[in-house]
Amino acid sequence: MKKHFHLIFIGVTLLLLTGCKVDRGESINAVGSSAMQPLVEAGGEQYSSQHTGKFINVQGGGSGTGLSQVQAGAVEIGNSDLFAEEKQGIKAKELVDHKVAVVGTVPIANKEVGLDNISMSDLKKVFQGEITNWKDIGGKDLPIVLINRASGSGSRYTFEQWVLDGEESKQSQEQESTGMVRQIVSTTPGAVSYVAFSYVTEEVQPLKIDQIAPTEDNVKQNKWPIWSYEHMYTKGEPKGLTKEFLDYMLSEDVQANIVPQLGYIAVSEMEVERDAHGNLIK
Amino acid sequence: MTPKKADRLATGILYGIAGIIVVILASLLLYILAQGLPHVSFKFLTTPSKSFQAGGGIGIQLFNSFYLLFITMLVSIPISLGAGIYLSEYAPNNWVTGLIRTAIEILSSLPSVVVGLFGFLLFVVKAQLGFSIISGALALTFFNLPLLTRNVEESLKAVHFTQREAGLALGLSRWETVTHVIIPEALPGILTGVILGAGRIFGEAAALIYTAGQSAPALDFTNWNPLSISSPLNIFRQAETLAVHIWKINSEGNMPDGPTVSAGASAVLILAVLLFNFLARFLGKRIHKKMTSA
Amino acid sequence: MEHIRESLIKKSKKAKLEQIGKFVSFLCITLIVLVVVAIFYFVASKGLATFFDNGVHLKDFLFGKVWNPSSVDKQGKPLVGALPMIMGSLLVTFLSAIVATPFAIGAAIFMTEISPKLGTKILQPVIELLVGIPSVVYGFIGLSVVVPAVRNVFGGSGFGILSGTFVLFVMILPTVTSMTVDALKSVPRHYREASLALGATRWQTIYKVVLRAATPGIMTAVVFGMSRAFGEALAIQMVIGNAALMPHSLTSPAATLTSILTMGIGNTIMGTLENNVLWSLALILLTMSLLFNILIRWIGKKGEMK
Repeated sequence: MKKHFHLIFIGVTLLLLTGCKVDRGESINAVGSSAMQPLVEAGGEQYSSQHTGKFINVQGGGSGTGLSQVQAGAVEIGNSDLFAEEKQGIKAKELVDHKVAVVGTVPIANKEVGLDNISMSDLKKVFQGEITNWKDIGGKDLPIVLINRASGSGSRYTFEQWVLDGEESKQSQEQESTGMVRQIVSTTPGAVSYVAFSYVTEEVQPLKIDQIAPTEDNVKQNKWPIWSYEHMYTKGEPKGLTKEFLDYMLSEDVQANIVPQLGYIAVSEMEVERDAHGNLIK
Repeated sequence: MTPKKADRLATGILYGIAGIIVVILASLLLYILAQGLPHVSFKFLTTPSKSFQAGGGIGIQLFNSFYLLFITMLVSIPISLGAGIYLSEYAPNNWVTGLIRTAIEILSSLPSVVVGLFGFLLFVVKAQLGFSIISGALALTFFNLPLLTRNVEESLKAVHFTQREAGLALGLSRWETVTHVIIPEALPGILTGVILGAGRIFGEAAALIYTAGQSAPALDFTNWNPLSISSPLNIFRQAETLAVHIWKINSEGNMPDGPTVSAGASAVLILAVLLFNFLARFLGKRIHKKMTSA
Repeated sequence: MEHIRESLIKKSKKAKLEQIGKFVSFLCITLIVLVVVAIFYFVASKGLATFFDNGVHLKDFLFGKVWNPSSVDKQGKPLVGALPMIMGSLLVTFLSAIVATPFAIGAAIFMTEISPKLGTKILQPVIELLVGIPSVVYGFIGLSVVVPAVRNVFGGSGFGILSGTFVLFVMILPTVTSMTVDALKSVPRHYREASLALGATRWQTIYKVVLRAATPGIMTAVVFGMSRAFGEALAIQMVIGNAALMPHSLTSPAATLTSILTMGIGNTIMGTLENNVLWSLALILLTMSLLFNILIRWIGKKGEMK
């Protein structure tokens, strides 16, 4: 028996020792926003398949994790749904922003509420708890069930910035992820929340705002105001593989294929541009 | 009410309770299997997953789950064996031992999120292991250690003291008695514990999200050099497991057939755990038979 | 002579081996203790920063009712009242333990006293299987079965403490049951025989003798189950609704320490108040599991003295 233990011990130590000497190939880590993960992952997979021996490791963990890890120098790229300036505790000046896509956010409701349009001011009142029944704004007699994203998440921030004018919404149920929000809205009578365009499915009712439909064209012209950038941050100017990969993400290959396929909008197609404070600069 | 009637009534109620528990589990299992099994096919089990198109499988995740389990066991079994031996054979009965036991209990009741984040900061960031199988395995070891240690200790303690006395009387040292007499005798118990622990590890998600990572890069199953990055055996590659995959599909998944993939993956996960359970019972009985008849 | 002398003075091979063995096994246990200490230090250093670096009063944190760490109240103090989550965690924990205990005791009696044959053949494997089902899966079943059921029966959105209780009940049931079985099994056989010999029925024996004798063990089992329930995260997060509000009914959305912790940790920046205060929540979790353990030991000691 004893011999076996020793063998196992030796085996483990050997494994660990040899492990330290491994050449990990050329690889970089992109960590952060879980909403961006499919996009970066798809880009990374395609990049690796075209460049053998170069690997892009993509991880979720949230925008906050992405920004703090890239600032700490633990990873090469930090993915974020927010401008670094919008997060407290981040020295935005040290980070370089690479906007890789635009994503629109749309309010969604349960199919039973009997509405497909809502005015911006009503929407604000709904999320601030001033309107509590759908019948008050022309829907069915159903109490409104608010479902928010986790505070600090990109979607929540974008929604509060453009719908609630930066004020906070009423304390309510919170969910961490888009998939959960969609599932809950689709099964809970009277539920309302908000998701990225690409997550809208048959199961939920997207709401037009002041009769403006949530379409890509309306976002491009800024008629639909609830949209935000998807950022990939680097600490200082990118170098080496990081730079090559970021260039690739902004190349026609990705922007014209993967980006629209995943329901994002290419940055180059936007007719307007916003700065970190939400002001139009173009 | 006469005592006789009370006795009958109580027996009836107890049968009822036992029945309810069996019904709860049976309906849980049937629900998961009925939802998932129709989507499970050989192709589903072997093809890689897709992040935003339909028709992805769970091949790599399945392999990752087993491989991660293997590595975790490789690290945690020797440590918990040692710790269990110490606690059952050497530990003096004083406050230090009490403190050690409390520490182990606490480790076992730690929320897995906390362990995951601790692993993230320590292994992924500080030790620069990155999101990798080894980071995940070390984090899972934290979970496994208290369970296994307690199991080893209990199995060893269950061995009758006359066995120890017999060993010592033959002139064996305490250590020799443990390794040559006690452990073989306690082996069925230890093994059962190990396999049941394996089931728990197999389904763990929260601790792995931040350590082993959430993506499963393509693997080259013809490359068995453990040092190459595309080899399945490399312990420094990131590895999404089955449980993490289910969690991811349901949280941020954007594939059109997400619900079916998740149902199928859940069914596979449950089947694997079932398998572990049967294996534990079967092997436990088998070894016990062999040991006692020999 | 020389040879014998040497062999007597020098340690024998066996003694050396014995020492090495003892040392190695001691090393293993030290490693485990070190890990626990490291986790404690790590969580405490981050969790205490809320109070030392950010200047939050412990009283405001433990008894404040408003949770919104990113904003401040009228006096400029951050809104970091953790009471809603503490209440939520305690409520689901106690309620699920209250529901699970009779079931666990019933099942355990069934397995040890009434029908050991059926017990070991059917109930035991069933219970071991329940332990093995991953919490993610429990969560999704809770979301797709329990939440709609609660909504249809009790009204409201279905998310809340009641749904959380049901899910946790199923999750802790196996742990409590199997520990209760151990407790009942450790009641000496002659207790039962003595009682039966006095003419007591089976139920009288169980109720007046076996259960009384096993009380400390059963209590340990329940407390252990509660500590499990207190730390559960993924499953409860899916069904409780995660609203950091004081729970005012069993069917209104509430939150637990774990659910708020998992949700917020990825969205906050390390070193900021928002992040530190989440670690303070983790510190509460740790302290609670410490308390539960002390309670278990205390019960165990009391039981021993009898």
